[in-house]
Amino acid sequence: MWRVALSALLSHWRRAPLQLINLLLGLALATALWSGVQAINAEARASYDRAAALLGQNRFAQLVPRDGQRVDQSVFVDLRRAGWLVSPVLEGRIRHAGDWIRVLGIDPVSAPAGLAPASTASPEAFAGFFTPPGLAFAAPETVAALSDATGLPRVEPAEGLLPGVLIMDIGIAQELLGASDMISRLVLWPRQPEFRTPLEAVAPQLVEKAPQGQADVARLTDSFHLNLTAFGFLAFAVGLFIVHGTIGLAFEQRRVMFRTLRALGLPLRGLIVLLAVEVLLLALVAGVVGVALGYVIAAALLPDVAATLGGLYGAEVSGSLSLRPVWWGGGLAMSVLGAAVAAGQSLWRLARLPLLAPAQPRAWARASGTGMAVQTGLAALLGLVALGLAQWGGGLIAGFAMLGALLLGAALSLPGVLSALLGMAERGARGVLAGWFWADTRQQVPGLSLALMALLLALAANVGVSTMVGSFRLTFTGWLDQRLASELYVTARNGPEAARLRAFLEPRSDAVLPIWNVTGALMGAPGQVYGVADHPTYRDHWPLLQAAPDVWDRVATGNAALINEQLARREGLAPGDSVTLPGGTALSIAGIYSDYGNPQGQAMIAVDRLAALYPDVPRLRFAVRLPPAQVPGLIRALTTDFGLPRDNLTDQATIKAFSLGVFEQTFAVTAALNVLTMAVAGLAMLTSLLTLAGMRVPQLAPVWALGLTRARLARLELARAVMLAALTMVLAIPVGLLLAWALLAVVNVAAFGWRLPMHLFPLDWLWLGGLSLMAAGLAAAWPAFRLARMAPADLLKVFANER
Amino acid sequence: MNVRLIALLICLAGAAFAQGFAGLGTTSDGFATPQRGHALQFPADHGAHPDYRIEWWYLTANLTGADGRDYGVQWTLFRSALAPEGGTGWRTPQIWMGHAGLTTPDRHFVGERLARGGIGQAGVTAQPFEAWIDDWRMAGTGDAALSELTLRATGMEFAFDLSLLAEGPLVLQGDAGYSVKSAGGQASYYYSQPGYAVTGELTLPEGKMPVTGQAWLDREWSSQPLAADQDGWDWVSLHFDSGDKLMGFQLRDTRGGAYTSGTWSGAAGDVVPFDDGQLTMTPLDSAQVAGRKLPIRWRLELPARGLDIQIAAQNRNAWMGTLFPYWEGPVGITGSHTGRGYLEMTGYQ
Repeated sequence: MWRVALSALLSHWRRAPLQLINLLLGLALATALWSGVQAINAEARASYDRAAALLGQNRFAQLVPRDGQRVDQSVFVDLRRAGWLVSPVLEGRIRHAGDWIRVLGIDPVSAPAGLAPASTASPEAFAGFFTPPGLAFAAPETVAALSDATGLPRVEPAEGLLPGVLIMDIGIAQELLGASDMISRLVLWPRQPEFRTPLEAVAPQLVEKAPQGQADVARLTDSFHLNLTAFGFLAFAVGLFIVHGTIGLAFEQRRVMFRTLRALGLPLRGLIVLLAVEVLLLALVAGVVGVALGYVIAAALLPDVAATLGGLYGAEVSGSLSLRPVWWGGGLAMSVLGAAVAAGQSLWRLARLPLLAPAQPRAWARASGTGMAVQTGLAALLGLVALGLAQWGGGLIAGFAMLGALLLGAALSLPGVLSALLGMAERGARGVLAGWFWADTRQQVPGLSLALMALLLALAANVGVSTMVGSFRLTFTGWLDQRLASELYVTARNGPEAARLRAFLEPRSDAVLPIWNVTGALMGAPGQVYGVADHPTYRDHWPLLQAAPDVWDRVATGNAALINEQLARREGLAPGDSVTLPGGTALSIAGIYSDYGNPQGQAMIAVDRLAALYPDVPRLRFAVRLPPAQVPGLIRALTTDFGLPRDNLTDQATIKAFSLGVFEQTFAVTAALNVLTMAVAGLAMLTSLLTLAGMRVPQLAPVWALGLTRARLARLELARAVMLAALTMVLAIPVGLLLAWALLAVVNVAAFGWRLPMHLFPLDWLWLGGLSLMAAGLAAAWPAFRLARMAPADLLKVFANER
Repeated sequence: MNVRLIALLICLAGAAFAQGFAGLGTTSDGFATPQRGHALQFPADHGAHPDYRIEWWYLTANLTGADGRDYGVQWTLFRSALAPEGGTGWRTPQIWMGHAGLTTPDRHFVGERLARGGIGQAGVTAQPFEAWIDDWRMAGTGDAALSELTLRATGMEFAFDLSLLAEGPLVLQGDAGYSVKSAGGQASYYYSQPGYAVTGELTLPEGKMPVTGQAWLDREWSSQPLAADQDGWDWVSLHFDSGDKLMGFQLRDTRGGAYTSGTWSGAAGDVVPFDDGQLTMTPLDSAQVAGRKLPIRWRLELPARGLDIQIAAQNRNAWMGTLFPYWEGPVGITGSHTGRGYLEMTGYQ
């Protein structure tokens, strides 16, 4: 009995292979997008964990200089001689082929176990490690990237290191970084002797920092990953619309079979179990396919994501993807869960089906008037939730919850709104045919509503995201023009060269402006302090959002600071408040400037004050002002006469191109996910129309019989689909703009710390509208073509068969 | 004192035992080697000899606490050169290692420190005399060189601060400080101060303990003190109640034989070295310590001096669980002579 029942149930899919493909494809696509995004997140998080574990920062506490600057290594010896078990670390960056390489100098002899790479632990390797030219360890890809580098120690591959990191002996690193006798921080052994001199008595300039379970970068990039997750979830939700529709349809179409099986003695519970098993099997098959597809998507997107994270946050993420249970398992689970959600309603209905209920397949999921009212009510409720969150919610999670409520509410309200609009059109229609067309369209809305809702979601997301990205791009490029006012940026390799460089540049340019900065804790979080010269370059161009009167004069005195928008928002600071710099100096805030693309807090003070507060500030970078026509000549003079490597020179155009490149990468993934979401929505439309086409023959046959040709009917069907898509598009625009506003004013502020003005791009909407009409047209073309070619006999059968 | 443990060079290696204990059997290319007939110069030779591969400043003390119980203290600074160069800065190829041990009748505390040379974290200066690593320090008082010392070390839960006053002259071991280590001719420079009077204070988890007693300092440097087939040694420094001192050791080879040597320093100032075979060391009892079998009671015979004694560990668990582990602890002496001393055993698997 069971086997017969199962084979009977499964025979449905044999007879309707298209439905099977729809179901599997929908579920697989939804799973693919979800698991792809999760795979990217998992890979990035694994990289952060490795970064956190780098030199045991997740296990060992550290002593760090209060002002964030390097200190003389005598502090290390003093501490050791006072009984402290510490090991010095020097950290710095070198430039190679346009990329920054992070150099970590360590002392494996004083280091606690587990700090140094295991590869240093052989006598030969150890002697070579600190005897010049030394030995460095790096991830295999970094070893390859550095193969043509000169002036470096020999580099050997080591497992478990992050790309872009070079570990070497501290003595070798001091030479390489031009930081003789300097160290950046000290690693504390986990156990310290009981009898040792208090820290304040030995090294008051140091402060103890607890081990960090998560690197700073993981916190910074949380918003980015939440963003990706939200998009993955959106795509999944859109995919579920397809699955829900298809499963519902398959249940409806098998009502006759269910009744027969029940009548033959199959218990209700057995039937439900069989159907649940069927859904589970399908979900697993689709899940496996989806996870495989997800891998492909993730592998394709990961390089962009890695570039973004590297450019925006300085987070090194490995560009290669590994299969991690956390995402493929999650993908399978999502597939099963999604199928269960999609099938739940149908199973529930089946459970309550009277044994001998009329076994007529109804047009699938046709909502009654009350159903639509409930749905509209729910939509209104969600709208209120979104409003409430916008008003009183705070933070990123609330921001995304608001987006979710907004989108779902808009989608749920769609059938009601469409129905009302079509009702109005119907009342205003002149002529029988037009009346029939509107009425028939309205009658179809419930059947198409799921596909249309999916389309609405995709379109709104598209409008919203492209508006956000477009606004950002516009603001960003304008800001770059202001901010990058200098024609040339140069970096010396060491202090003495910097002094010579300045002397070399001064007679050859209009102005040489120092760009010196120190990093350190700015109001409790990592940040930078920049020195700024008193020069029209800043007075005329620097993009200030808020400023006290005479802002630049006040900064020039050295007693006031400018801070970036991120810091101001994070700490709730305004001009007139005061900001505490690394080392404890507090200055009053004279103004706030926009600082897009920088996730950290930043302050600017007069360059002389910077040099006074931080005497060891590296004085290597300068901005050079000169007429643009003279830039190539000066670059030539610097590289040939002065001998500065070309890598140490950057002209304005290159920086702008680089910044815009980072910007484009940041949203490349968003754009790709957007396109995929659109594709899923298009597929939803196609499947709905295809399945409806079969059921609509009884409704079309009378119209045909009344004299409308099949071709005309087909054209009307096509026009109907396009018209519905157009209506959906029109409705999607305000939803998308709301979405864009939420992204710009809520999510961006919470995620990045900046708020951007919103710009509108009607041309983009037109393009998007055209695209969606085309998609709807294409989706409707096949059913319409089949209708045009339908044998008259099939249409006649409608009257012969009592359905 | 004789061949003593040193492990530094390979301080980061896991498999350093392939050739002799702690790599002591490796060849000595580029390093200076001890020469017979070379006269030691003081105080210069109290300082470091960076052109020799290995060197140590090794102090052991047999102490009695105010509570009447026996205590033992070990303080050692090892130097190991990766290349025969001194100098300053991180590239200096000198590695330093400190070991501290504090033995009570029922507990044994161990401390270990590692440092690079050239940056000030560890080193030895001859005049004024100071040997240090981290906050551990052995220093001469004023210009007293080795005759008056202060000594300090700290561990995770112990510390000691001792003052040492030499009661006799330095003793040059072997042939005027040239100490032969094998039949093949491996040798080291080796001298000792076998007789310090000690006062000071131990810091234990339960509190401070004033102590008095005797201490013994060994200075030794070489470039290749072990023959390739020697895999460990047993070494003693003994203070007899008569005022005489005995240093003795045997180097065990892989065939089950041993090379023995020793020096008798009489209370009257007579110093007599003994060649291979005159001193015999016979293990009597073994105990399971730190997962291996160790002889914790020995019979020592030196017929030339009418010596036939038994030495027994005061605390058999005096295991130095350092990077290169060994046993080192205070012993009591019974038999033809009585007194106290220190026993070191290495190379037991």
